[in-house]
Amino acid sequence: MNYYAIKAIYTFEMARTWRTLLQSIVAPIISTSLYFIVFGSAIGSRIDEIDGIPYGSFIVPGLLMLSLLTQSIANASFGIFFPKFSGTIYEVLSAPVSSREIVLGYVGAATSKSLLVGIIILATAGLFVPLQIAHPLAMLFFLVMTCITFSLLGFIIGIWADNFEKLQLIPSLVVTPLVFLGGSFYSINMLPSFWQSVTLFNPVVYLISGFRWSFYGVADVNVGISIAMTLFFLCLASFIVWRIFKTGYQLRK
Amino acid sequence: MPPVVSISNLNKIYDSGFQALSNINLDINRGEIIALLGPNGAGKTTLISIICGIVNASSGAIIVDGFDTQTEYRKTRGKIGLVPQELTSDAFSTVWNTVTFSRGLFGKEPNPSVIEKILRDLSLWDKKDNMMMTLSGGMKRRVLIAKALSHEPEILFLDEPTAGVDVELRKDMWRVINRLRDSGVTIILTTHYIEEAEEIADRIGIISNGEIILVEEKDILIKQLGKKCITLKLQNKLDAIPEDLNQYELELSQDGRELSYTFNTTTTITPSVNNNDPSSNIATLIDKLSSNNIHFNDIDTKQSSLEEIFVELVANSKTNSNYMSKHQKKTLQEQQ
Repeated sequence: MNYYAIKAIYTFEMARTWRTLLQSIVAPIISTSLYFIVFGSAIGSRIDEIDGIPYGSFIVPGLLMLSLLTQSIANASFGIFFPKFSGTIYEVLSAPVSSREIVLGYVGAATSKSLLVGIIILATAGLFVPLQIAHPLAMLFFLVMTCITFSLLGFIIGIWADNFEKLQLIPSLVVTPLVFLGGSFYSINMLPSFWQSVTLFNPVVYLISGFRWSFYGVADVNVGISIAMTLFFLCLASFIVWRIFKTGYQLRK
Repeated sequence: MPPVVSISNLNKIYDSGFQALSNINLDINRGEIIALLGPNGAGKTTLISIICGIVNASSGAIIVDGFDTQTEYRKTRGKIGLVPQELTSDAFSTVWNTVTFSRGLFGKEPNPSVIEKILRDLSLWDKKDNMMMTLSGGMKRRVLIAKALSHEPEILFLDEPTAGVDVELRKDMWRVINRLRDSGVTIILTTHYIEEAEEIADRIGIISNGEIILVEEKDILIKQLGKKCITLKLQNKLDAIPEDLNQYELELSQDGRELSYTFNTTTTITPSVNNNDPSSNIATLIDKLSSNNIHFNDIDTKQSSLEEIFVELVANSKTNSNYMSKHQKKTLQEQQ
């Protein structure tokens, strides 16, 4: 294992975070705080409790998930896309580095950044609404697994994209709608039964439901299914990344 | 001594069907500077990209210092440094950070003293805290060399290292390359500046249409393929070349004042003269001129340059289409 290479990529990527502190850390915190102020305090104060949880607290796991997903994808996709775009990828490709080490470097850094953002947002949420974490280990599991899985997805998008428009395409047109429609701001039990069934095809539902269970002990779907789906998404993303390196898709001609 | 890089039967066909390299066989000796000359699109960059692991070969094998680039890529890539043609760099990194990053990427433990030495050798020390985006093109080129040297490679690939740099910087770069060779680094450079190859290379390989036309010691190449032209300024105007001088294929200027004799520098080009020593042919020619009462008051000689040799070789090289037929492509894929 080329540990120095993993460290070099990881350090390089994290250095970019500190260089772009406003964009990387401050911006997601401000936007999430605005959600808490608007939905949690202003509108939320007029909404009844959901499953016995005040609305402001109920939306915390969903909002956290929204940030984790978008940040993981953005960080990882830009991390690998930019060297491709600028041409500096030649150095990574010509180095004695395996595909696993490349992924550990880039995805590891993107995961770390997302975790950092997630923890800060969680702390920020505590300033606005009362928080409780019923199952801390499960919360940590969903937090870490989501960051890794969606960083892998971001890495895939970064390799697939050959221009900046494509880089934004999936996060904007696919991921964000899935998060909004996946029960971030409501319980899917509030939907008509037909739409409840349709919603179950949304993979984000399982992540949000499991994550909310870890906070308050209530879930839209069985927590076991949420855990299984989370692991399935991780395996799927890992398999796609493995295939990319195996075939050299968009990397080696 | 075994070659430090050995390339056998290397082919590269892109998905579009374009054959960039065709059956390349090349040995590179340890400690030499070999220049790969060729026109744009000849396949020079593809060749070094395959050796460095950036592009996959369609078929063939590359051995670097006894290790296969496919199966033992960690060992081979660790021995190689690459300076790309394009001035690619992370604009927001400092010189120090980007060179340190490269060393780590190649699996070497941090060693600030090594980085410092490289930066000082390349006159970059006073720029170490500058961001890459603030550097001039020439300085960026030096940083790319520093990055390629950061893991102390034995073999250095320079892809058109002086493309687009001014004359002074180019000569400065040649000094850097010579210093690297003196330190034991094997250097493979691609260029389409003939002057560059003539100035610094030990051997020259000429690539055209994805094929290596020849590889030869520079001096031998110039000697073997070069031509020399002797022009005699005649004392008196000559109306026609005497018949007994026809065997020399002389050329008389229109004003009858200059007589030119062009010959190969190693063998005579005059078939009727049974002698392979050009200098003896010249002596005979001068004797015959004298006996024909043709006298001259000045003599001018011109040796053909590497550029002229290169142009002639490339022009004569095969002009086969680079596009393989579907059948050829299928056959090659079956062989793999």
